[in-house]
Amino acid sequence: MDARRVSQVVPKVRQVGFVTHSDPNPPPQASRTQSVPIESNSGTPYDSPDFSPVMIPPPRHHSENLSHLRSAAVAVPESSSRRPMWDDRVAVVGSYNPGNSLLGQPVSPNSSEVNSEASTTLGWFGRNSSGKFSAGSSFPGGGFDLTTVKMENFTQLEGKKPEAVPGKGGGGGVEVNNRESSSNTLKAKTTKAERRETQEAQRAAKAAGKAQGNKPVAAAGGAGPSNILRQPSQNRDDPAVGSTIAGSDRRGGDRPPERERKKDVPPPRMQFDDQGRVNKSKKRAVFNQPEAKNRVELFRHLPQYEHGSQLTDLESKFLELDSMHPAVYKVGVQYLAGDVTGGNARCIAMLRAFQEVINDYSTPPGKTLVRDLTAKISSYVSFLIECRPLSMSMGNAIRFQKSRIAKLPLTLSETEAKAALCNDIDRFINEKIILADKVIVRHAATKVRDGDVLLTYGSSCVVEMILLYAHELGKQFRVVVVDSRPKHEGQALLRRLLAKGLSCTYTHINAVSYIMHEVTRVFLGASSVLSNGTTYSRVGTACVAMVAHAFRVPVLICCEAYKFHERVQLDSICSNELGDSNDIARVPGRPDVNSMDNRTNEKNLQFLNLMYDATPSEYVSMIITDYGMIPPTSVPVIVREYRREYLLI
Amino acid sequence: MDFQVVVLAGGTSKKLVPLVSKEVPKALLPVANRPVLSYVLEQLELSNIKDLIVVVEGADAALCVGGWISAAYVDRLHVEVATVPEDVGTAGALRAIAHHLTAKDVLVVSGDLVSDVPPGAVTAAHRRHDAVVTAMICSVPVSGLSEAGSSGAKDKTKKPGRYNIIGMDPTKQFLLHIATGAELEKDTRIRKSILRAVGQMDIRADLMDAHMYAFNRSVLQEVLDQKDKFQSLKQDVLPYLVRSQLKSEILINGAPQGQQAKENGNDKVSYRILANASTPSFHELYALGPNGSAPVRRTHKCCVYIASNSKYCVRLNSIQAFMDINRDVIGEANHLSGYNFSAQNNIIHPSAELGSKTTVGPHCMLGEGSQMGDKCSVKRSVIGRHCRIGSNVKVVNSVVMNHVTIGDGCSIQGSVICSNAQLQERVALKDCQVGLGYVVSAGCEYKGESLARKEK
Repeated sequence: MDARRVSQVVPKVRQVGFVTHSDPNPPPQASRTQSVPIESNSGTPYDSPDFSPVMIPPPRHHSENLSHLRSAAVAVPESSSRRPMWDDRVAVVGSYNPGNSLLGQPVSPNSSEVNSEASTTLGWFGRNSSGKFSAGSSFPGGGFDLTTVKMENFTQLEGKKPEAVPGKGGGGGVEVNNRESSSNTLKAKTTKAERRETQEAQRAAKAAGKAQGNKPVAAAGGAGPSNILRQPSQNRDDPAVGSTIAGSDRRGGDRPPERERKKDVPPPRMQFDDQGRVNKSKKRAVFNQPEAKNRVELFRHLPQYEHGSQLTDLESKFLELDSMHPAVYKVGVQYLAGDVTGGNARCIAMLRAFQEVINDYSTPPGKTLVRDLTAKISSYVSFLIECRPLSMSMGNAIRFQKSRIAKLPLTLSETEAKAALCNDIDRFINEKIILADKVIVRHAATKVRDGDVLLTYGSSCVVEMILLYAHELGKQFRVVVVDSRPKHEGQALLRRLLAKGLSCTYTHINAVSYIMHEVTRVFLGASSVLSNGTTYSRVGTACVAMVAHAFRVPVLICCEAYKFHERVQLDSICSNELGDSNDIARVPGRPDVNSMDNRTNEKNLQFLNLMYDATPSEYVSMIITDYGMIPPTSVPVIVREYRREYLLI
Repeated sequence: MDFQVVVLAGGTSKKLVPLVSKEVPKALLPVANRPVLSYVLEQLELSNIKDLIVVVEGADAALCVGGWISAAYVDRLHVEVATVPEDVGTAGALRAIAHHLTAKDVLVVSGDLVSDVPPGAVTAAHRRHDAVVTAMICSVPVSGLSEAGSSGAKDKTKKPGRYNIIGMDPTKQFLLHIATGAELEKDTRIRKSILRAVGQMDIRADLMDAHMYAFNRSVLQEVLDQKDKFQSLKQDVLPYLVRSQLKSEILINGAPQGQQAKENGNDKVSYRILANASTPSFHELYALGPNGSAPVRRTHKCCVYIASNSKYCVRLNSIQAFMDINRDVIGEANHLSGYNFSAQNNIIHPSAELGSKTTVGPHCMLGEGSQMGDKCSVKRSVIGRHCRIGSNVKVVNSVVMNHVTIGDGCSIQGSVICSNAQLQERVALKDCQVGLGYVVSAGCEYKGESLARKEK
């Protein structure tokens, strides 16, 4: 907390960021002498050399050098910070550009520069530049008008931003934290060897303590080192969660180097193409799931089961699963049967089940609550994973839950501890999900104006709340609900929206490029936002975002911050979920068109029903989260800075 | 898992006279030389249920059943045998033991069910939907139900009438309509409201209620308290619950009421998130009313679990069913019997003695210590313990219980011969039932008759 308080003081540093970037203001004016239309572009190349050293901490540079990520990381924060002046500049473009726009051809002198810019800066700037280019080169005149109109909308959207962003502390803090932690990571870098040394020493001490003591002694010893362990974790800028989790793990484990590596790297997912591991995990499984036979080669590492038999198998074992709490079992069955879907709902359902577990829990004799309950929850979690792979939001919630258990003071009596844990869960649900949703809705509603046409894809509960709230505010807008097979989640959303009296258009994703012409904003939900700004969401989201990007329609991702994850993912292959292949092979309710029916077992036919995809950050204009409206590149900042809060709430 | 199990073992059923008597209540009728009740208990034991309540009608029967259970399951199960007066019906039996029920849900199983459907499946379906009642239904046995009308093999030739009509929603998870037995004499009426709510209803006549129910305990007790005229679970309680599912009169202290009680805004939101994300059943849609606002109507869910066709599931509630089950347990459903079949697909106890040229065909069972003379032939039959069978006897499609003496040259087809009965020489029986300890005099021929001692 102290560190954060410092950050509250520093925001002036952020002001510096703004100030510096009023410096580049002259250059655009200089460039205006050359040609007007490029000015917004030409601003960028001038800015970026000035900015990147200030905004982006060097160590991150190195780590993200590997790919185009770097450019995204570089460019977009600038745009976010530069937004305030941005709007007047582009407003200028909007106002007297049409005449000049035909001068778009003179781009040639700068074109190499701009081109390189277009390829490297993505996001807000990338869109503008590329948009202008395509317009300038391919469509003359008329086409251009359209783009400028779009621009105008766009800039008005921008215009609202400065009011909103400084309003909340989160946005202000973000940049600063960025810098501060950069220094921290530097420090961490230098002392890595040192750190390892101290940890080795601690571990040796602990092992010694364990070896000599019997149970109570060991317990006391375990508490001691863990305190020591936690101490450094606050000193250095280690992700605090990781350290405590690892700390709780460490007490049991005795393979130091491996453990340590695990702390830095998120635990690897089970690879389902590794036959040995699969067999091993099958032995542990609660119920057997026959694996699908014909799997697509590229996705062999993901679990895919024959659907249909699992549910009956699990159901038949209901009474045998003595160790399973009924509430957890019920949630598991609901996941498996698809009764509960959606990140928030699954998370809430799981947490509520854990609440019941904790309520019914009593510590068995000879065990301590902290350890036994953690083990119990772990076993429940592995059961839930069997039913359906966890979403990242659930992973975060579980991590929170476990850290709360691990941090329980030993002095608490059992009833107090249980009450405290239940209270924690309540608070997590209320603060991280429900209040977060409310905040997001407030923010997002400022982006909805009269006459807008809002497009959404699938059924996201936050987006639904936004639409309903904006409707309640009396804004006049139209909604386009884009849906896709096989789940048709949009239909439920559509029904609820219609019931509230919104005017809607319903279409399928095939038609998204046709409908996109008339759309002014795209609101999308997300299952998770990864720290490179990639949005991990229902399959099809990336397609919608890309089309919107091509049409220069702003894409706003609405996602609670508890769904942010520090993982970096470049594609949707390495981690994804495979759905039931029957869903895509069949048309529900139409037995007459099930031509694929007898082909499901054909050797040379494989079905691929992906559940998620990854939307690259360059297609995302803005992420609306409970800490404010941020560019996708600011996600790692939030992940880094607010991660600690999971432990502190 | 917070489930209590009640096994309704019945008493001495009138339909099964002359097979049952005071000494042999229905629960102890031998199926492949094991009491029928043991099949249920075994299935429950497999599902890890150790505590159960067995309800028996009549004090004598209770004594028999209790004695057998304590002998057979002394260290395996913790069984409480409760006695209720005769003719109180299944609902009455539950009413009588209501004070024993404490768990959240109650699984009620009929003691005469011979099935390999795991009870867990029913309970899981029940829990998954937070249902008020979940009924297991199975397909009607090929030979038809013999509940209505006279029993006996002659029914086989008749086309089985429609005795059950079961309406389900298209996903086959919810029970919308159920009508059994006598109701079907008249036209069947289906409520418009439910059709309107669901949109589509599958009506099946080839399914029947297997008499395994999972009830929400508080609801069950409330219904039993309020409707004291209800006699039978199957004919009164279940149809009542199904009928009233869209205008529920019961106060469930579970889900729906709890939702209304939530006035806290945050809880409401989280509830809405959950509700929006989950696929709503028609109950929820109906409860929401036309404008999708707060729930206006109270509903409860009646679920159904359909035993798959590969599972065996038959109730022993008629003589015909008794024959069929005996045949099936040593025949096609032989995994139920728990015996190891020989290479000839039959079970002959090592202590049984066979005369020369005596053949025991496949799908037969010969109990401990039975003796058979020369030139006998046994086909598709069960013969109990310590029977003495003379030479030149034919036993086809029959059940012979324990300690039966059969004289030379008898021919028995499609008949049941109860314990301690005696058949003298050259008796020919076809489709007959011979009661406990009855003596059939030499040379008699009977066809389709029920022979029993007069009650003193």
